Amino acid sequence: MKFQREAVPEWPHQVKALPGCERIFSCIQCGTCSGTCPLSIYMDFTPRRIMSLLREGFRNEALSSETIWLCASCYACTAHCPQDIHITDVMYSLKREAIKNNLYPKRFPIPVLAREFYAIVKSRGRNWETLLVLRMALRSNPFILLGMVKSGWHLLRTGRLGFSGEKIRNPKELQREITIPKEAV
Amino acid sequence: MSTTKPTQKSYLYFPGCSLRATGKAYEESMLELFQRLEVPLEELDDWNCCGATSYMAIDEDSAFMLSARNLSLAHQAGGGRDLLAPCAACYLVLRKTQDYAQKYPSIGREVADSLKTAHLPAMNSVKVRHPLEMLYNDVGVEKLRGKVARHWHGGHIACYYGCQTVRPYSEVDKAYNPTRMDELLRAVGIPTVDYSLKTKCCGGSLTGTIHDVGIRLNYVLLKEAVRKGAQAIVTICPLCQFNLDTYQSEISKQTKEHFDIPVFYLTQLLGWAVGGDVDKLGLQRGVSGRKAIKDWMMSHEGVESYV
Amino acid sequence: MSNSNGTVRIGVYICHCGSNIGAVVNCPAVAEYAAGLPHVAVSRDYKYMCSDPGQELIIQDIREHKLDRVVVASCSPLLHEHTFREALAHAGLNSFFLQMVNIREHDSWVHSDHAAATAKAQDLVRAAVRRVVLHKPLERRQVDIDASVLVVGGGIAGIHAALTLANAGKKVYLVEREPSIGGHMAKFDKTFPTMDCAACILTPKMTQVRSHKNITLWTLSEVSQVSGYVGNYEVKVKRWPRYILEDACIGCQECIEACVFKQGKTEDEFNEKLSKRKPIYIPFPQAVPQMVLIDPDNCIQFKSGRCKKTCVEACGERKAIRFDQQEAIETIKVGAIILATGFKTFDAKRIPDYGYGVYPNVYTSLEVERLVNASGPTAGEIVLRDGSTPKAVGIIHCVGSRDERTNRHCSRVCCMYSLKLAHLIKEHTGAEVFNFYIDMRTPGKGFEEFYQQLLNEGVHMVRGRVAEVADWALDPSEEGKLVLRVEDTLAGFARRIPVDMVVLSVGLEPQEDADEVRRLFNISCSPGGFFLERHPKLAPVSTFTDGIFLAGCCQGPKDIPDTVAQAGAAAAEALALIDAGHVEMEPNTAHVIEEECSGCKTCLPMCPYSAITFKEEEHHAWINEVLCKGCGTCVAACPSGSIVQNLFEDEEIYEEIKGVLNYA
Repeated sequence: MKFQREAVPEWPHQVKALPGCERIFSCIQCGTCSGTCPLSIYMDFTPRRIMSLLREGFRNEALSSETIWLCASCYACTAHCPQDIHITDVMYSLKREAIKNNLYPKRFPIPVLAREFYAIVKSRGRNWETLLVLRMALRSNPFILLGMVKSGWHLLRTGRLGFSGEKIRNPKELQREITIPKEAV
Repeated sequence: MSTTKPTQKSYLYFPGCSLRATGKAYEESMLELFQRLEVPLEELDDWNCCGATSYMAIDEDSAFMLSARNLSLAHQAGGGRDLLAPCAACYLVLRKTQDYAQKYPSIGREVADSLKTAHLPAMNSVKVRHPLEMLYNDVGVEKLRGKVARHWHGGHIACYYGCQTVRPYSEVDKAYNPTRMDELLRAVGIPTVDYSLKTKCCGGSLTGTIHDVGIRLNYVLLKEAVRKGAQAIVTICPLCQFNLDTYQSEISKQTKEHFDIPVFYLTQLLGWAVGGDVDKLGLQRGVSGRKAIKDWMMSHEGVESYV
Repeated sequence: MSNSNGTVRIGVYICHCGSNIGAVVNCPAVAEYAAGLPHVAVSRDYKYMCSDPGQELIIQDIREHKLDRVVVASCSPLLHEHTFREALAHAGLNSFFLQMVNIREHDSWVHSDHAAATAKAQDLVRAAVRRVVLHKPLERRQVDIDASVLVVGGGIAGIHAALTLANAGKKVYLVEREPSIGGHMAKFDKTFPTMDCAACILTPKMTQVRSHKNITLWTLSEVSQVSGYVGNYEVKVKRWPRYILEDACIGCQECIEACVFKQGKTEDEFNEKLSKRKPIYIPFPQAVPQMVLIDPDNCIQFKSGRCKKTCVEACGERKAIRFDQQEAIETIKVGAIILATGFKTFDAKRIPDYGYGVYPNVYTSLEVERLVNASGPTAGEIVLRDGSTPKAVGIIHCVGSRDERTNRHCSRVCCMYSLKLAHLIKEHTGAEVFNFYIDMRTPGKGFEEFYQQLLNEGVHMVRGRVAEVADWALDPSEEGKLVLRVEDTLAGFARRIPVDMVVLSVGLEPQEDADEVRRLFNISCSPGGFFLERHPKLAPVSTFTDGIFLAGCCQGPKDIPDTVAQAGAAAAEALALIDAGHVEMEPNTAHVIEEECSGCKTCLPMCPYSAITFKEEEHHAWINEVLCKGCGTCVAACPSGSIVQNLFEDEEIYEEIKGVLNYA
């Protein structure tokens, strides 16, 4: 049973104000998004149910779901939605809010991947895939590496395993650029 | 488009982090193809990572700022040249930054401010292109047909477009039932099949994070391609190529169905067809279908079979 | 104009309108203020001026105080200007000595500062008082009405409207573009919710139309020009050649049998292109008029001139076939026009993920209607393209409706007709039927009961909009089928459902040429493209152009009962107009002061109602005051100021401005 005191009524309005999320209130719950999403069958809440949780203000449930992390940003939902809702952008907004509020499952590989990617690019300006995979595995579930031995071997023998990553000339300049104080939205 | 245009128009080239590592074959084949087509290409100097999907998941503003730097550098590089981004994720992120900076004034302002802080000129409207669309529009089907130097006697190909190249922006090709890759390949004599899963997501990075889910998605794609009569798949995204290519033996073991088909980059096939150097197309970098690749493209017959 | 001693006596009335005005504007204060204005003999405030006692106040005062001008400060003139004008007439004063002041929509409803609102009301009343002094007595012009009606469109709406009017003794012209009347309804098999046979209930009405002495039926005809004004429309109708003499053809159809084409080679439009017809054909067996026609684009005689003409031979003595028939233009005069031009179905190709046009066994609902119909291309058998019977059928609701990318509106009839098709398909084939819907909309009489019947017949009702129709098979049971991927939102999981046949419930859209048609008749369209009604609640069958009425789906999607009701309503309104015998025109028209007109012709192209013509010999412009709607454009445009508009003369307007600005 869900009590109305568990809902956060102002939350959907906050999300609606974010770029790309203008039309979330137009959702008619038709389910086309879930029908076309290749990952929906693996999610705890389908995309349509997330939109319903969002509209009703059940913030904790939505932000703690696996759904937002399983979203592969393939934009199929956005392309198919009859109400022209940019569902992928909504998923991104929820991902960001979950991270900001520490509401994601801690050793879940996907948000860990995102965080490691972020850190590597910030310090080098370019991604180094080998390092990324190592750090992601170590910080979430080291056993993943065991499953990757075979593909790692394939990459090695076809000359695609990057032993050294590239860098831009002046990573500090990049860091300065992306961490300017933001105006209060 | 009845006459072919001279392609002395030169382009700026944005490799993206993947093309330097997992997607090496894409870069190699693209450079070789463009050399054959006499298209001048210059790599964007000091480019930075586009951020792909991960940056958007952490901090939207940083994500836009990464692209803003690249677009500003592209504008600085001069010549009013278009920026070619072969990787689907890079293409999408760069396009989205341009679009959102224009549509949402708050984003536009932040991007402008961040560039100023980094002492970079404003991000102007550099056209972001993708090789598929650039080959179709600027080079053209007819010109490619005229440049064919080798006769294909390999298998039928299923053209896999993936998701981020055709959604949500459809300048590269239509979002539903895109056909440009099919047209280009058929023009150089390579037969394609009807493939209704051509825009269904391969899972992206899910094969690395939630492995079972990731490979299941790729199993569905491989199975349908084979069912429709394809003996190989062609892609335009480094992650799609990696996903479809790398796990075929694992999928075969799990499902007891046999998969061992080559997964090409479009530029490899086109590069081969117009007579590119077989050693420079990254053909040896594939994991699955290596025998087929050898027979079709690297055998004496394959290499020497002129039109 | 003024009373015997040269002064004017004005009565000012401030209405409280309950609390609408009174809660914000201090009405007694305004009345008191008005009492002190020049020429004001009486000044009152009252709760409800529009009520009988309120009007009585005015009438009494006019008589007792010998008023010759009246100012009423109340709501918008749109509501009660007519009421108060009648009150003046009742009291023996010319109606146009009234000036209304809007202190509700323009004042109390839009301001919250009471003091400022009251001051504004006083300013407005002062302005009106200054203006009304200059009002002149005007008379409403009366124009005769032609007692005949034109009905455009011969579907069920047009047929019903035409019969109603004809039965009332009026002359009706029924113009229909297709070779037969009947519209979309003639294509249906059964109608919901009663499963009445569509043809059985429609054809008696069609025959009535044909034989009614008051109806002139013109098929293969289109309106090409409309001019005139309410009560006096002149309409040109273009009649395409049928290449058949209408008086001679008896509809025996032996010519079709005899045609050199042994089989039809042209796509049959009536059967939604599911079958082929010959170049000489009859649209459907119960066509009215019961006559054949020749399609010149496909007839050999027209294309090469060298046909054996076996059709003429078969026609024999009657000699009904005339290859030399030309198109003709008929000109008619009518008093009112009813538009009943119907709808078109959504083109399912616009939603590529449903595979229409790609997979052969994806049909639109209208195509399936023809399949189900016993006189259709498959004699009532519901079969796939290869002739086999489907074992599983999926019906997708809302195709091209409730969709930002195609049509925002709900097409109102699709849920019901989808249920109907589900019932018929199950009855004809015994297949497993799935209906995929977003919301089940069954509001009419007997509709919900029909839904219950369907539920009990075992039709699968899956609440979820189908994401895609594709032919990729994940396991052997899906081979060779069309697989629908959908989230069953009620059961709570995604499903893959393989079917043999997919039916797309396409929505209703305005006709392709709705925009051209509306310009022809000088009416407007609503945002979705359907014709615009005068008021969505209170005037759904009339338009902003007097004398032109709407009936049926051309005004918006609706089912047959609503269409017939609306057609009857339109006929009634047309009847009311005509039976009045004459129509009164508002006198706020413009006229040219001939001596002052320089003949520059600036005004001519400005008039949106084409009311201005140029008199060559006298060298001045002339305004047809019956066509003039008083928009004021020519008045403002005239460089020499020689056009004057009644009720809005320059002096009147200047006085009002001075009044507002408190000039001396």
